[in-house]
Amino acid sequence: MHRKDGAPRWGMVIDLDRCTGCQACVVACKQENNVPFSTPEEAEMGRMIAWVQVLPTVEGEYPDVKMRFMPLLCQQCDHPPCTNVCPTGATYKNAEGIVAQVYPRCIGCRYCANACPYSAKFFNWSEPQWPESMRASFNPDVSVRPKGVVEKCTFCHHRLIRAREQARAEGREMVPADYQPACVQVCPAEAMTFGDLNDPHSEVAALAKDSRAFRLLEDLGTEPKVIYLREGV
Amino acid sequence: MGDETHVYTGAERTSPAAEDATLFAPVQQTGPLFFRVALALMAVVAWAAFAYGWQLWHGLGVTGLNRPVYWGIYITNFVFFIGVSHAGTLISAILRICQAEWRRAITRMAEVITVLVLFFGVGNVLIDMGRPDRMLNVIRHPHFRSPLLWDACSITAYLTASTIYLYLPLIPDIALLRDRVGGWRGRLYVWLALGWTGSEAQQRRLKRAIGVMAVLVIPIAVSVHTVVSWVFAMTVQPMWHSTIFGPYFVVGAIFSGIGAIITAMAIIRRVYRLEDYLKPVHFNNLGILLLVMALLWFYFTFAEYLTTWYGREPVEMGVFWAKVAGPYAPFFWAMFLFCFVIPFGVLCRRRTRTVAGTVVASVSVNVGMWLERFTIVVPTLVNPRLAAVRGVYTPTWVEWSIMAGCFAAFILLYMGFTKLFPIVSIWEVREGQEEGIPETLERIQTYLPGKAVNAE
Repeated sequence: MHRKDGAPRWGMVIDLDRCTGCQACVVACKQENNVPFSTPEEAEMGRMIAWVQVLPTVEGEYPDVKMRFMPLLCQQCDHPPCTNVCPTGATYKNAEGIVAQVYPRCIGCRYCANACPYSAKFFNWSEPQWPESMRASFNPDVSVRPKGVVEKCTFCHHRLIRAREQARAEGREMVPADYQPACVQVCPAEAMTFGDLNDPHSEVAALAKDSRAFRLLEDLGTEPKVIYLREGV
Repeated sequence: MGDETHVYTGAERTSPAAEDATLFAPVQQTGPLFFRVALALMAVVAWAAFAYGWQLWHGLGVTGLNRPVYWGIYITNFVFFIGVSHAGTLISAILRICQAEWRRAITRMAEVITVLVLFFGVGNVLIDMGRPDRMLNVIRHPHFRSPLLWDACSITAYLTASTIYLYLPLIPDIALLRDRVGGWRGRLYVWLALGWTGSEAQQRRLKRAIGVMAVLVIPIAVSVHTVVSWVFAMTVQPMWHSTIFGPYFVVGAIFSGIGAIITAMAIIRRVYRLEDYLKPVHFNNLGILLLVMALLWFYFTFAEYLTTWYGREPVEMGVFWAKVAGPYAPFFWAMFLFCFVIPFGVLCRRRTRTVAGTVVASVSVNVGMWLERFTIVVPTLVNPRLAAVRGVYTPTWVEWSIMAGCFAAFILLYMGFTKLFPIVSIWEVREGQEEGIPETLERIQTYLPGKAVNAE
């Protein structure tokens, strides 16, 4: 899908052959986006918020066991099932393809969370908590959500806004390297690539057409903009 | 069994004064049992209010909900209560349109169920919301693509129509009360009676209005539960995304609605001594309707599960087996027992279709239908498409308390209604005795060969 007006369509490619399952992306994301901390009990209950999660799957039995890691985040679908069902329009797809969350509009009905086939949405079950020592590390660009609203990965949209403002202040065009979500930036194995899928010269557009490329639950027609590269063996 | 078969000539009718007494009595006197029950129910409601306050303060984390099971008891109750709301309208409206004379004593108690229970249906949605303080966002920023908005519109229309449909036939009875009761209630009745004098013109207008509402209310009622089902069916989740949901939920709603009426009828009959008005024949007829709905429900359920099983789509089978043989099997098979096995067993034979028998069947139906809603909402959420995210759901005291509070508050409001207004429609029963009998006789004669006895 290419927009004729030249608007970017932000997408991500994750090379599963490179992913080591280190979860640096998970930590970076939580840090960047002021995601509340969870206790082990909450995590046990399925209440932990992790906009990006590394899901392990074990294949086979001993001695032919194989462990696979798949970072799962909001797939930023081009046909999102979640935006259709929101009664207030608190989640919607913006002009650049990012599926946004409007926290003040959200009434916390969790219909979008139930409609997402990727289980990529999270809910604030209680007032967010951080240890006192971590409060100094809040990212001022990202709002802290109250209890009772839904949240999810936004491709670090605040970084896009900041990058554009920075570029404008410096009197130049924004270049792809200016805008990178925290997870992409921090990945030590360089397994994640991010950019404009509409830009025929971008690395992400090229990788998206790779022979190893696949999308999750492709037959649902959601057209996710997170593309995975199959492992080699 | 108490049904006498002799020709009713009208001469044996007991005097109006004695008849009215039983129907007016609940409004005019209140015994100690009423207060004891009301007090107990209020205690339950107070506890539920505390539980909700707890939830408002701490957030929805006090429930058993989690990722991926974002909906649980509250949404189950929402669907259940909206389902029960089909009691009044469909039964009352359909029986009126079919000119079924046996409806006369039943219509009002059925219509009251509808109007009251809708508040608890909506109430459970509000209770389930993470930010109920923002509920007006749905009106300020409506997103009509969402089935929840269709719900909001449909239920509002239904509540409005049902209230009007309850109120219109209530007017002549309010006028009767206005002339008998003084004090603050007398003033209330004067205001609500809208100057009813019982004149020919007024009666004609009222009958026409009731007739219009009876017809109008049926498509609205059908749309309500269809649209409620579409909240689930419009997603792509396994065993939710099914085309059968619309009709399936409507059938289930009528099913649980009839069950609710029978239960209410039996309690009211006992407590207010209305054995003369709510006779075994009423229970028998509703029992037959309940039996028909049980068979219909079984048909839809069978079609749904057979289709799923035969198709063997992996992601659907995950949910299927969770219900049929997995952790939700007790709920699923209990549902089947209560929705079909027990009601069918009791209702298929005339000998067991007594007052007690139909009450057993209808309580069983309501338990079974609640389980049905639960097994639709939760197993699909517990088994999402991405198996690594699979969850578990254990409701907490908060959810059970609020649920108990909803039932208690509903019963309390219903009891309050019976103290303000006659629970049996006095004027319609009288109309049945005075006009219904000759009209029905004439009508039957028009079906048969030969001249009508009274040419009209």
